[in-house]
Amino acid sequence: MPMMLQFANVLVFLAVGIFFLVFSLTLSSLVRPYKYSAEKLSPYECGENPVGSPWIQFNIRFYVFALIFIVFDVEVVFLVPWAVVFKKLGMFAFVEGLIFIAILAVGLAYVWAKGDLQWVRPEERGSLAER
Amino acid sequence: MEIAVFLFLSGIAIVAAANILVQRHPIYSALSLIVTFVALAGIYIQMHAEFIAVMQIVVYTGAIMVLFIFVIMLLNAGAEQKVPDKVHVVKYFGLPLASLLIFEAGLTASRTFDGEGIPVESASINLSGNTEMIGRALYTQYALPFEVTSVLLLVAIVGAIVMAKKEL
Amino acid sequence: MDGSLALEIPQIFPEIALSVFGIAILLLDTFLPKSKRHAATGIALAAIALTAVFTLGLVGEDGTFFSGMIVVDGFSIFLRITFLVVGALTVLASSSYATRENLAVGEFQALVLFAIVGMNLMAASNELIMIFLGLETLSIASYILLGIKRSDAKSNEAALKYFLLGSFSSAFMLYGIALAYGATRTTNLEAIGREIAAGSAGMTLIYVAVGLLFVGFGFKVAVVPFHVWTPDVYEGAPTPISAFMSVGPKAAGFAVLVRVLMVAFPAAYAKWLGLVWLSAVLTMFVGNCVALVQSNIKRMLAYSSIAHAGYILVAVATRNQEGVAALLFYTLTYALMNIGAFTIVSLVSRQGDRKTYLDDYAGLGFKQPGLAAALSIFLLSLAGIPLTAGFAGKFFIFRAALESKFVWLAIIGVLNSAISVYYYLRVIVVMYMKEAPDDWSPVAMSSSAIAVIALSVLGILQFGIFPDMLISLARSSVIGYR
Repeated sequence: MPMMLQFANVLVFLAVGIFFLVFSLTLSSLVRPYKYSAEKLSPYECGENPVGSPWIQFNIRFYVFALIFIVFDVEVVFLVPWAVVFKKLGMFAFVEGLIFIAILAVGLAYVWAKGDLQWVRPEERGSLAER
Repeated sequence: MEIAVFLFLSGIAIVAAANILVQRHPIYSALSLIVTFVALAGIYIQMHAEFIAVMQIVVYTGAIMVLFIFVIMLLNAGAEQKVPDKVHVVKYFGLPLASLLIFEAGLTASRTFDGEGIPVESASINLSGNTEMIGRALYTQYALPFEVTSVLLLVAIVGAIVMAKKEL
Repeated sequence: MDGSLALEIPQIFPEIALSVFGIAILLLDTFLPKSKRHAATGIALAAIALTAVFTLGLVGEDGTFFSGMIVVDGFSIFLRITFLVVGALTVLASSSYATRENLAVGEFQALVLFAIVGMNLMAASNELIMIFLGLETLSIASYILLGIKRSDAKSNEAALKYFLLGSFSSAFMLYGIALAYGATRTTNLEAIGREIAAGSAGMTLIYVAVGLLFVGFGFKVAVVPFHVWTPDVYEGAPTPISAFMSVGPKAAGFAVLVRVLMVAFPAAYAKWLGLVWLSAVLTMFVGNCVALVQSNIKRMLAYSSIAHAGYILVAVATRNQEGVAALLFYTLTYALMNIGAFTIVSLVSRQGDRKTYLDDYAGLGFKQPGLAAALSIFLLSLAGIPLTAGFAGKFFIFRAALESKFVWLAIIGVLNSAISVYYYLRVIVVMYMKEAPDDWSPVAMSSSAIAVIALSVLGILQFGIFPDMLISLARSSVIGYR
């Protein structure tokens, strides 16, 4: 099984990575002195005194972006096999893939036209509000 | 060797999955879920489903978990508060019943499913690349479902925008 | 390989047309100025009309296409027409509603078209994977449609509830599909049937798979014990979408259930028959008995739709051609009466969907006699009073049940119809026997809503007084059914 042996490399990397992580953390926890103070336990913000909690409410646009990203991520999943086989399968498979891309391009155009690809939406900027 | 790797990966998957439930803060649960997904990807590789394994990481850990974490941040969900259980029935009967069900399912499975499933010929999978086989199936036999998927994704995009936007 | 698939494209012209028009509406809606966006309704209607032409062009076709993914036969064509009728009525009913509630018309109508695509694909699927994709297209479109009134908490609740439970049920179904594939190494319905008949499939896996599939479809069509989401979802949803949800996905779910059980798993189905029987009885009783005590008319119609799912499940349980024909007849006529009733509910509820209680109907019979008369016809038809399509539908179903020796199912069904008369008549009594409140405001009519009501009344009376035409059409649609 040559294929599996190639993945053995990944496994070795994984194991070594986990080992280093566990090893160094355990080692440092064994040798380090334990002296806590309020300042030490506060989050590190480049030397500034932290203001407020780091758990703030995210902007909803992160969510919209992530959602659209997933859709196009799934599109990529389908296009990888297409890239592998479309030459062997001929015209029909090629056109199939193009239709797939075209339908999702409609989705992209829709999102774009609705102004969701811009961080500051045009209607909020005020200049292009009359669409 | 293969058994050892499988036990290692499935052990990680189960421990991480249990950790999802134990953790009180949703962010930690989400991070644990990522570990589970990566371990599952390893198991997929063992099953010769290399393409699925890579997609597991690209789609699940790469995109869906990002969305999860964004949503947790969006909802600003802090550590889970302990709410006293109002329904005691759940408390006292839930776990015993669940374990009984799992035990029963395991018993049934071990007794009756022996040799019921039909093995996939793994020889043919090794012949050509896994991705190529998926591509061939997807673009010939499953051509129509493939195109329907694009319509499905389009509807999902529209849904995301309609649901999340303030003003259409 | 290249040409053969391309030659089969005409078989899915209906779905292609709907998808293309749906996309066109989305794009037009985005780039047109706000004042012209109501054009979406016209385009959607044109799309449905064109699709109907394509669908009727398929009449006489019989076979499987796209490597066995799609089956075009009388059954699927009849159902496609049913879905187009449902879609056309929903589009019409929602056009004035969307304006009144200030909803996004373009997205609304495009999503209705995509939902029809999903239902059509479900009806024509010959493959578990195709069924799942069609179902998901339908489901995702309906999640959005349910929650499209985004400022309304009840609409959000409806969307969220249906989304969560719908996802669970999809997972059940996928697990069932996976087990069926594991036992037979195919997801093609006919091939599964052949494998099982040849005895080369593991039957325990198959039984579990059929059970899981039944759970999944049971959620979609809302049969007891998988019905609990229905009242909350129908109550919170935009009313035309409540109407759509109570007929479209229900018909599609039952259609697929029948095809899956009868083509792929006839042997396993016989094993589960007792549970289907029990589920049908419980569904009829729970739906009708709980509907008795509802004061909100949308919730009452929701429970009534659960009860009707029970009647249709009786048709599924008969497992004979007469039963399937009765199912086809029933889903189409039920669509007419339920969409009609919900349309009137949506009109009476005024802006914001507030007036949905029984008392809001007091005096409607004197203030707006035409509207009250139409609602009475719909309710009488739902109750199954003779000379309405509802009576004919129930008659065919119970006769099919008697023919296949389900005497008790038929008796319980008739008993339940008698129970249901009480709560349908109660609305009519309130409309004609109670005084209208002093602060009565007239119900605003729109031409599209009047069209929906008129078409539904015509259909109900036509199929109620002369059911022969439709039932013989349904029978001939079943004959080619393997």
